[in-house]
Amino acid sequence: MGNDANTQALNHPPARLTGAEIVWATLVGEGVTDVFGYPGGAILPVYDALRKFPIHHTLVRHEQGAAHMADGYSRASGKVGVAIATSGPGATNLVTGIATAMLDSIPIVCITGNVSSKVLGTDAFQEVDITGITLPVTKHNFLISRAEDIAPAIRYAFQIAKSARPGPVLVDITKDAQQATAIFDFEAAKPRPVRPHPMRKVEESGLAQAAELIKNANRPVILAGHGIIESGAMEQVCTLAERAQIPVALTLLGLGAFPASHPLNLGMMGMHGESWVNHAIQDADLLIACGMRFDDRVTGTVATYATNAKKIHIEVDPAEVNKIIKVDVPLIGDLREVLEALLPRISSRDGSAWLKTIDGLKGDSAVRDIKNLPDLGHLYAAHVIHDIWRITGGNAIVVTDVGQHQMWEAQYYHHERPRTLITSGGLGTMGFSLPAAIGAKFACPEKEVWVIVGDGGFQMTAGELATIVQEKIKINIAVINNGYLGMVRQWQEFFYEGNYESTPMVSPDFVKLADAHGIAGLTVRSRGEVAEAVNTARSAPGAFLLNFMVEGKESVYPMIPAGSALHEMIRRPGGKDPLEES
Amino acid sequence: MLHTFVAYVEDLPGVLTRVASLFRRLNINIHSLTVGRSEQAGLSRMTVVCEASAEAGHRIQASLYKLENVVDVDDIAQAPTVTRELALIKVAATPRTRSQVFELVEVFRARIVDLAPESLTIEMTGVESKIEGLIQVLNEGEGRILEICRSGKLTMRRGHHTSGVLKAMGAGADESAVEPAEEGAAVEQE
Ligand SMILES: Cc1ncc(C[n+]2csc(CCOP(=O)(O)OP(=O)(O)O)c2C)c(N)n1
Ligand SMILES: [Mg+2]
Repeated sequence: MGNDANTQALNHPPARLTGAEIVWATLVGEGVTDVFGYPGGAILPVYDALRKFPIHHTLVRHEQGAAHMADGYSRASGKVGVAIATSGPGATNLVTGIATAMLDSIPIVCITGNVSSKVLGTDAFQEVDITGITLPVTKHNFLISRAEDIAPAIRYAFQIAKSARPGPVLVDITKDAQQATAIFDFEAAKPRPVRPHPMRKVEESGLAQAAELIKNANRPVILAGHGIIESGAMEQVCTLAERAQIPVALTLLGLGAFPASHPLNLGMMGMHGESWVNHAIQDADLLIACGMRFDDRVTGTVATYATNAKKIHIEVDPAEVNKIIKVDVPLIGDLREVLEALLPRISSRDGSAWLKTIDGLKGDSAVRDIKNLPDLGHLYAAHVIHDIWRITGGNAIVVTDVGQHQMWEAQYYHHERPRTLITSGGLGTMGFSLPAAIGAKFACPEKEVWVIVGDGGFQMTAGELATIVQEKIKINIAVINNGYLGMVRQWQEFFYEGNYESTPMVSPDFVKLADAHGIAGLTVRSRGEVAEAVNTARSAPGAFLLNFMVEGKESVYPMIPAGSALHEMIRRPGGKDPLEES
Repeated sequence: MLHTFVAYVEDLPGVLTRVASLFRRLNINIHSLTVGRSEQAGLSRMTVVCEASAEAGHRIQASLYKLENVVDVDDIAQAPTVTRELALIKVAATPRTRSQVFELVEVFRARIVDLAPESLTIEMTGVESKIEGLIQVLNEGEGRILEICRSGKLTMRRGHHTSGVLKAMGAGADESAVEPAEEGAAVEQE
């Protein structure tokens, strides 16, 4: 940990600092307290200067982890996460993490070192064109070769990362720029005001039309997306839903934006959404899309998507409007601001008939009601997640990986509050969960953090177990160990005649692996042991790993095959629940 | 359909790549691209002509605006414009065969800008179809075309300029300059 050099730099007249010091001083000025990174030759001056500044640096085990930690930090807190890496391989290792943040609109700033400006472009040792490589997966990036440009670039990067639709920004700084000196003047380095996107506008007539559509709708549904959380519009969405009695369907990244226990909450929509949610959308006469982008995972075939519904799209990014689904009323702006302008025009409405119809559909559930199922000794992921939900009172931050366990988490862990589910939705990045959870824990040290991860994805970034130990943080890890790359196996079962090519996976003993890192763990084989194991993990003073040996060939139901209409779903074969077999 | 976008972009390294990359990402082929200084210091003007579906126009314009270095984008669409292209065409011609080329150049109101024993170079300015026409007749004639260098489409809306660039720049000092431009826009609506 550093001293107060930075605050001096901020409160005192502009001072001459090295580029490396300017990096930290600017980060401190932007309110950064934690960064995640990995050193190397081209970023060494920056690391050398760290001790003078009050910023905590977490040493990761792979730079992908640094980007995911910055991402998890941001998703948990709403603040900008920061990752640092050296040139060449350090920088390229960040790319998956940057793309993950890009696809889910997460504000992170990545700082990379690069070779000296004198040898830039000569294929110098560990030189890579990282601004070129990351151009399509960042909101913007900078190549900086002069010390005096560092502070303005980093401040500008923070502004870009946070503004409008958030996203990742990369600042690549040559080694000579880190070593040179310049006058550091935080105030003078302030970026010009954000240039608003000229196509981002909400017209009076649009608001009036939207209000009219809502007033006259018989079967309206709110489609609640991640934008609600990014914009901080939870209250406004809730007011709209309650006042006009409109049921709310959520996207995967929207989970938590509207309380799971709210009577108007229908649940998750899309590929693995409950049947009634998708049926309600297909039958709707009005869809009010709030901060969501009609991803192919939620629409099914576009041509058959909610064909009878008028569509209102409230969205901050003009490029998302009319991209996939033609909408009738686009309201392009910050969701909270738009809803605040819209709400005065909305009066209370009787929605009981439509809500009753949906309630009727609810009987037609393909997702098992775990609570009422008998315990037959089998261990199913659904049991595990349901128990974790019950025991944590739904209050934990759950960070998932990608695959079947991710969908089961979405189905069986009920999120009441925003930022309690952290998951890679857009890119679907396996290996995301463990590092993202570390970032989330740094953002919210007082919160209980659970990782729910598959046996496959866990092995992609398991090296970060050592980071957990080095940083002495408490995270609970639930490995849903089905012996398969389960989600791919499921597709092979449904669409490739059960040809399980390259999906059975041999794994190490995860409990021993944890032990080798100094993390305690337990293997759990039957349902009866789940609750106790979860409690053991929670009460353990340090990080804890639970290795849940679950059914190998269980599938996620219902499922809408890619390219099918939203109402054409695959149900559990025979309508019979395998939990009731044997 | 053929789309024409006029973009004002900051004159900085890498900006062309950012713009071009956007079209590449959408798998859209750029027919022609011209870049040069504009009337604003520090801003370049780009004219991008590309083939894309009618609906793509909105998305391309909206996406261009999301680029940090893009200040203003005009989707020219079907608006009335003044459009020109410049072509330099080098034709193989000996003193014996020159006169036929001279005639064509005369008819097309082009100019000979270089004359060498074995070749001559024609400069031609006009709309695309006129340049295509000259190339076609040259191909049909005796003189073989050796090289063609075309500028790509340069385009400007007719009448008052409607560019939002002054507004986009947003500088307080320029505020007064914005208004006449906006009035002009109203006059010019087709
Ligand atoms: C980095 C990466 N590679 C490949 C995939 C494709 N993929 C999606 S889900 C999945 C299987 C995940 O297996 P596991 O982690 O064991 O989770 P499970 O589905 O069994 O719960 C794969 C390979 C991916 N999403 N990310
Ligand atoms: Mg698995």
